[in-house]
Amino acid sequence: MSAPATLAQKLVARAAGRAHVLPGEIVTCRVDLAMFHDSSGPRRLQPMLAELGAQIWDKHKVVLVIDHYVPEADDESRRIVRIARDWAAEQRLPHVYDSLGICHVVVPQHGHLRPGMFCVGGDSHSPTGGAFGAYMFGIGATEMLGVVTSGEIWLQVPQTIFMQWNGRLAEGVSAKDMMLAMLGRHGMNGGAYQAVEYCGEAVRALDMQERMTLANMSAELGAQAGLVAPDETTRAWLAAHGAPEIDTAPWHSDEHAPGVRHEFDAGTLAPQVALPHSPANVCGVDELAATRIDIAYIGACTGAKLIDLRAAARVLAGRRIAPHVQLMVAPASVRDLAQAEAEGVMRTLRDAGATLLPSACGACAGYGSSIPEGSTVVSSTARNFKGRMGAATAQVYLGSPYTVAASAVRGAISDAREMLAGRAQSTTDEGLS
Amino acid sequence: MRTWKLPADVDTDQLAPGATMKHGIEVTARHCLESVRPEFALAVRPGDVIVAGPHFGIGSSREQAASVLVHLGLVAVIAPSYSGLYFRNAFNVGLLLLTCPEAGRIDDGEALAVDARAGLITRADGSTLRCDPIPAFLLDMVDAGGLMAQLKRRLMKPPERP
Repeated sequence: MSAPATLAQKLVARAAGRAHVLPGEIVTCRVDLAMFHDSSGPRRLQPMLAELGAQIWDKHKVVLVIDHYVPEADDESRRIVRIARDWAAEQRLPHVYDSLGICHVVVPQHGHLRPGMFCVGGDSHSPTGGAFGAYMFGIGATEMLGVVTSGEIWLQVPQTIFMQWNGRLAEGVSAKDMMLAMLGRHGMNGGAYQAVEYCGEAVRALDMQERMTLANMSAELGAQAGLVAPDETTRAWLAAHGAPEIDTAPWHSDEHAPGVRHEFDAGTLAPQVALPHSPANVCGVDELAATRIDIAYIGACTGAKLIDLRAAARVLAGRRIAPHVQLMVAPASVRDLAQAEAEGVMRTLRDAGATLLPSACGACAGYGSSIPEGSTVVSSTARNFKGRMGAATAQVYLGSPYTVAASAVRGAISDAREMLAGRAQSTTDEGLS
Repeated sequence: MRTWKLPADVDTDQLAPGATMKHGIEVTARHCLESVRPEFALAVRPGDVIVAGPHFGIGSSREQAASVLVHLGLVAVIAPSYSGLYFRNAFNVGLLLLTCPEAGRIDDGEALAVDARAGLITRADGSTLRCDPIPAFLLDMVDAGGLMAQLKRRLMKPPERP
């Protein structure tokens, strides 16, 4: 019988064609899926591939998502998106999602991610795929060139840091608050480029899209991958999104698997907010009351999925945002937007005074659109580095969609729990409306 | 050759600001580190070295945050720790990163000698600082000028002999 292994070890071992791997070993892994977008992908890959005279190793294992520079705001954006579209057509790429939303949300929504897979993405938030029990991590464009020409990538087998969340979250507290609490405790490089595995009762109770929020911000923790062991919630979600049936049983950490364990109490967790200019600069929402805001932003792969839109709508139902506040909502995918429309969620947001923005990366990365200079912003996105959202003089606070919505109503950073008190519990099952 | 001292947590948005990402590397280079050391982009010279605090390169996967330093002629970054994603990107584009626990002792503007294979930094006063070992295949990648240069050698057919 082999030694107890972590989920990360098992995933890497499978991709490396080995029975067992040890943390610290350098191995070569076969890549099951390579995802890239208009910014990191074709504009960089196409000229390098042409120079090499090389071909993509397996087009069926490549997914292109056009999400960063759409809708095209200027000539440079049009040029970048044109390169992506022309190259996709010329290469006859079978999996292209153009202007349908943000890659980390669109790719699993179309059934591309399954437990047991080994995947890379040309974007730092690629660990999002770990929510599905896939080992997925972000790489740069040149390393992506190495992957698309060979189908392989080297990896130092990670140690596992178990983030164990005991108890259950209170109403109005979400995965985003869990992640901000972990960042506050461990810092932006606390993951030390190892694998983080989120576990415990509170994680098992999370909806799939909430798990995606955790895995997504593994990037901010500095982890290479952020994993959640697949379970019945995963199976149900995959079945509903067209992924083939898969045996999830092998994909868990063995008892006594090696690793470091940090424990957290979900039951006592209050909404958390990250102050400018670091996601690790975290405090409880009550310490910031009366911090006046100009902009409330619900967007990005981190904070504008269907479940995030629903959270905002629960707070905003029957309310109006403060007169001096602008609430911007950029749903993470067209599919999430459609479902939110069908459920009446979008109507609730519009009635409260929200402005709807396109389903794309938007101001989160500051590549095209931007928040106004000098503004104070509360945002459901992942990063508040100085200037990140396109305005060097903006003050950006990060919070959950609940916190952003509550702050929009009060005009200052606010605790959504007070505004949710007495409201009926919402369902988090997708497909119900 | 001089050192440029930078604080902890230098992020990819400071190295390669998002608004410059739709333009070429020349434009990104003009704005590199402008929010940390506004004089850097104009005053940096080929052969210079960055000495930074912990967690250098946190944030995005955009490798322009590493290739911009190659473009500006930096020969190495020395810091106690890096974002793991940045670490990979740097070697892939031919930028040497030295992990030096005592990097904080180096002064701004100091002249250094760097021996990557030996993992040794020699300071202006002759004292030495030790760096964490780097796998040989990554040192080879930097010596070759990055992964693209290696792939050219590996994948491109040699020119036909006359």
